Amino acid sequence: MAFDWQPIWLTLKLASLTTLILLIVGTPIAWWLARTQAWYKQAVAAVVALPLVLPPTVLGFYLLIMLGPKGPIGTLTESLGLGTLPFTFPGLVFASVFYSMPFMVQPLQNSFESLGNRPLEVAATLGASPWDRFFTVVIPLARPGFLTAIVLSFAHTIGEFGVVLMIGGNIPGETKVLSIAIYDYVETLEYGQAHLLSAGMIGFAFIVLLTLYLINGRLHRSHQ
Amino acid sequence: MDVIEVSLKDRLGDFDLDVSFTVPAWGITALFGRSGSGKTTVLRAIAGLTHTDRGRVRINGETWQDDSRFLPAHRRPLGYVFQEASLFPHLSVLKNLQYGWRRVPATQRKIKLDSVIELLGIAPLLKRTTHSLSGGERQRVAIARALITSPKLLLMDEPLSALDHDAKQAILPYLETLHDELSIPSIYVSHDPNEVARLADQMILIDAGKVVASGMAADLLTRLDLPLAGYDNASALLEGTVIEHDPDHHLTWISMQTERLAVSREDLPVGRPARVEILARDVSLSLKKHSDTSIINILSVRVIGMQETNPGQIIVQLKLEDGQTLLSRITLRSARSLDLHEGMQLFAQVKAVALV
Repeated sequence: MAFDWQPIWLTLKLASLTTLILLIVGTPIAWWLARTQAWYKQAVAAVVALPLVLPPTVLGFYLLIMLGPKGPIGTLTESLGLGTLPFTFPGLVFASVFYSMPFMVQPLQNSFESLGNRPLEVAATLGASPWDRFFTVVIPLARPGFLTAIVLSFAHTIGEFGVVLMIGGNIPGETKVLSIAIYDYVETLEYGQAHLLSAGMIGFAFIVLLTLYLINGRLHRSHQ
Repeated sequence: MDVIEVSLKDRLGDFDLDVSFTVPAWGITALFGRSGSGKTTVLRAIAGLTHTDRGRVRINGETWQDDSRFLPAHRRPLGYVFQEASLFPHLSVLKNLQYGWRRVPATQRKIKLDSVIELLGIAPLLKRTTHSLSGGERQRVAIARALITSPKLLLMDEPLSALDHDAKQAILPYLETLHDELSIPSIYVSHDPNEVARLADQMILIDAGKVVASGMAADLLTRLDLPLAGYDNASALLEGTVIEHDPDHHLTWISMQTERLAVSREDLPVGRPARVEILARDVSLSLKKHSDTSIINILSVRVIGMQETNPGQIIVQLKLEDGQTLLSRITLRSARSLDLHEGMQLFAQVKAVALV
């Protein structure tokens, strides 16, 4: 029996794309949360953190409705001639961005907050504009935060199941990611294949986390 | 016109900040006051790091801020030295120095990287990481980093207060050199009268968000109506000129029109202006000019004011013949036995003189 690589590639593609989008979307959100004094800051923080506590099925259910032909986003995508997103790969990416948002935003927010104002003020008095300060001071100093955020978002997207099930279904090559494939193998009693993928996932997750901790431990030491 | 004009209004904790001053744009102006008096806020507002309700900042006729205009900090050509050195931990010492230098247009670079490195003696540190430096070394790098941007105004917020006594004493000479060698007007926040005496030309005294007095440092330090003369280490500054060296006795003579003072020998060229600091507690008074004393420096003075600062202690304000002012702290008992009164002519015996 040939080993089916497709779910693995699909999963990696999904996780990479989600992480990339989150990096672009999540960084400004985390920066805003770390710096703002707006009264509704905690409300925004709570919304970002919702996927941490909600059953993925709840998130998936509402996303399905929103992305569906009668939902606000579905209406928009249809009027743009893009069709509807549920049960497509782009729909899956869209859902994953929400689902993994806290894993990007929270580590970034923490590291932005721990930076404090001082390095930015110093850079300003040395003639650096706000963008310049962000790229030459914030990003290098928040490197451990970025690393943690990227790794956690990537790993968490790889492990998602409930949301995919609700919004992606089980279409080979389109939405059938690793966790769904494993579920499938177990359903059809193909334990050998299920083992292969599951054990692979455990090994992968362990190696990723171990690498992260080793790198952050080294960065932490070198800053002391 | 070469002046620094600052006028700021804001609500600050439990008092109103309402500060307004104009000082000549040269030398070091000390912004002096107790902690919590609002001096750091003033400095931050000048830098554009803090917004005040109303503010006006003009440097040499160039408006950085008024009712209709607020130049952000990064567009104000200034240098800022914070209380803690605040070096970038992700950059080496050299890269820290280059950070500001690179952001100054080449045509506006008036100060050379190498000359600042030499001036602050940091050449051996350039390749080091910032966390391997001592407190004093860090602060020297921070000062260099600010200077390299060729600022039109250098702002220093108690740059020595985080350092221990030895590190402080080690860094002061660098600040003095900077004052002598570079013509960058500076505002120096401090609550240490000793630092002010050593560094400041002008002085702005600030208390509870208001300017209490401003003027030449030498005048303010000796005014009896200001708190400075009552300090335990109250002192006076005298200006003079180096006139000769006495290598046999290891002395340098400084002349002030009608008087001369000996200080411990310093390698200064004859003819050079010199400033000395004399602590009030090192000055005793006598009715006659004694020659049978170990004290070398005896000045002819006239009493122009007296005030009891602590119970049993009198601070006496004295005028030299050339118009400069000196302080002497004596006991109430001595004052009574000398029958001290204003206008009285006597001799000040100076136990210690420090060239600053």
